[in-house]
Amino acid sequence: MIELTGFGWRYAGRRAWAVRDVDLRIERGERVLLLGLSGAGKSTLLAALAGLLTDESGERAGTIAVDGRAGVLFQDPQTQLVMARCGDDVAFGPENLGVPAAAIWPRVRAAVDAVGFGYPLDRSTHALSGGEQQRLALAGVLAVQPSVLLLDEPTANLDPPGAALVRQVLARLDTTVVLVEHRVAEALPLVDRVVVLTPDGIRADGTPADVFARYGDELADGGVWVPDHPVLPRRAAAPAGAPLLTARSVAVPGRLAPTDLDVCAGAAVAVTGPNGAGKSTLALALGGLLRPGSGTVRATPALAGADAAARPPHAWRAAALATRIGSVFQNPEHQFVTGRVRDELALGPRRAGAAPESVRSTVDDLLTRLRLDRLAEANPYTLSGGEQRRLSVATALATAPRVLVLDEPTFGQDRRTWTELVDLLAKLRDDGAGVVAATHDEDFVDALADRTVRL
Amino acid sequence: MTAPLAARNPVAKLVAALVPTLALLTTLDPVTPALFLAVELAVLPLFGISLTTLVKRGWPLLVSAAGVAVAQQLFGTGGWPASIGLALRILAVAVPGIVVFATTDPTDLADALVQNARLPARFAIGALAAFRLVPLLGEEWRLLTLARRARGLDAGRNPLAHLRAFGALTFALLVGAIRRGTRLATAMDARGFAAGVPRTFARQQLIRPADVALMLASVALAVGLPLLTVALGVFRPALG
Repeated sequence: MIELTGFGWRYAGRRAWAVRDVDLRIERGERVLLLGLSGAGKSTLLAALAGLLTDESGERAGTIAVDGRAGVLFQDPQTQLVMARCGDDVAFGPENLGVPAAAIWPRVRAAVDAVGFGYPLDRSTHALSGGEQQRLALAGVLAVQPSVLLLDEPTANLDPPGAALVRQVLARLDTTVVLVEHRVAEALPLVDRVVVLTPDGIRADGTPADVFARYGDELADGGVWVPDHPVLPRRAAAPAGAPLLTARSVAVPGRLAPTDLDVCAGAAVAVTGPNGAGKSTLALALGGLLRPGSGTVRATPALAGADAAARPPHAWRAAALATRIGSVFQNPEHQFVTGRVRDELALGPRRAGAAPESVRSTVDDLLTRLRLDRLAEANPYTLSGGEQRRLSVATALATAPRVLVLDEPTFGQDRRTWTELVDLLAKLRDDGAGVVAATHDEDFVDALADRTVRL
Repeated sequence: MTAPLAARNPVAKLVAALVPTLALLTTLDPVTPALFLAVELAVLPLFGISLTTLVKRGWPLLVSAAGVAVAQQLFGTGGWPASIGLALRILAVAVPGIVVFATTDPTDLADALVQNARLPARFAIGALAAFRLVPLLGEEWRLLTLARRARGLDAGRNPLAHLRAFGALTFALLVGAIRRGTRLATAMDARGFAAGVPRTFARQQLIRPADVALMLASVALAVGLPLLTVALGVFRPALG
């Protein structure tokens, strides 16, 4: 069905092999979870199986053979849907393969039924939730009748109900499956075999129970979310201190219902709730980035001195804001404004008027604390997901704000970055900062939050 | 559908809209474009578009046509007939375009361009898919602006700083757009878009007799109206 012998791939212009010495055989009907530490070449291997690595994009070693056609489901539903109407989108694959027009619509209907998609075919793809869009994208993949289904973290971009929806559909399908997913506990019910990949070939291969018994610790240390390796909670050592920031009946028409919230020194608050409940909007309002439609966000003198009484955070000058309230956005790339990691970290302190020596020591300290020292000269856009996340938190910390507001900070992070983030935030909190995080991540809430506000 | 011309083949509509443009390039007098505009406004109901809708969609054009006329009057040599002629020409060329895009579904347009105008699918369907991502740019721009403020950057009252911020934001927006575009292209190829087999069409777009009639009517107008103004002696050739 699938057979790789001594397979390797090196992207054009790179010295290191993205993946190499892979010997792997997957039989028809097998359901394989492909695990690996960040940078182990999982996505490259999946792209190779999908036939997406063209000869001009790199150099191949060994052989790779896939019977029939592979279908791929990627992470982000937004960039997988091609057409404006649901039915047209599912028909896109069959059209490409030259399926006769009369046979296309029965195929579309079969694919849509297979995933349990309940909307009319002329429904706009924009009008669907993330989970429904991903379910539709899966129908689009099934419509090309693939002999093997390749899933590249198919639920990573979805909220918990959306992710559950997609997993439910995946569990019902009876095709050969290769799944890449670092949230292992959720993936296990979908697979019967686990393969662990390293850049130098296959490290382990067997039943889930077998692989996790032998390699569980190693995988957990390397950033994989292994079942039965819980993360210890980091509760506040001391009771919460004085309030720094208070929100009273803060509302934004159509986006956020009236909400009260206090951010206190030495306390971490989690803001939870389904997609669309206004978590991000509340984070922006608390961060002084959005003027609330009604209600107030006020800083206390403990946070803003004389400015506290004079004006609300959204009316502060940006440089003053950055020294009091730091904001970390869901997508780190939104926050990068320079071309070098080092400049990125120096920007805030410099704008706040710090002396050059003090800027340099702040930057060096953050580079070491967040394991970015090797990357000081790199362009922020070229970093990996975990590195970008660490950098975006570091840029907010560079101006030493006493309140830190984070939007989905652990979204899509591997276990290692996740643990580092929790440790870092716990330390900030214990040093007297107020931390607010809008999040879907229940583990994160359990590990860090002293209080939870549910929208 | 109640509007008989709105339902015509998109390529036929596009051709019918473009032909008068060619005719309008031949003349400088104000009467010919005025006649074209009159005919265009007269057939609006057949496309199911009210004058109000047209003005709502086309008002920036109205403003710029007026601006061009005033500028021509102030700096040009032709006097008011030439200035008004210019403004009328802009409107007469643009109105059909507005009508076509107001009455055409983008998917139908892409289908028709591939099936009837033989445009490569890679171009037409690719552009269609890319346009789906455009609405995301607005939200992206808002977040980028807020993120800059969170980083301690505001332009204040300095216009130069505003200009720099605009440049930086545009760059960040482009980087994001290219990333998404690349992911979309990969996803499309994974679904066989690059398979190299001749594509089939789930939705048929046909050129029917009524579509041919629409195009012929447009050609007839494009030839007939200038002939009429020549006969009336008001036609002023653009060349020579």
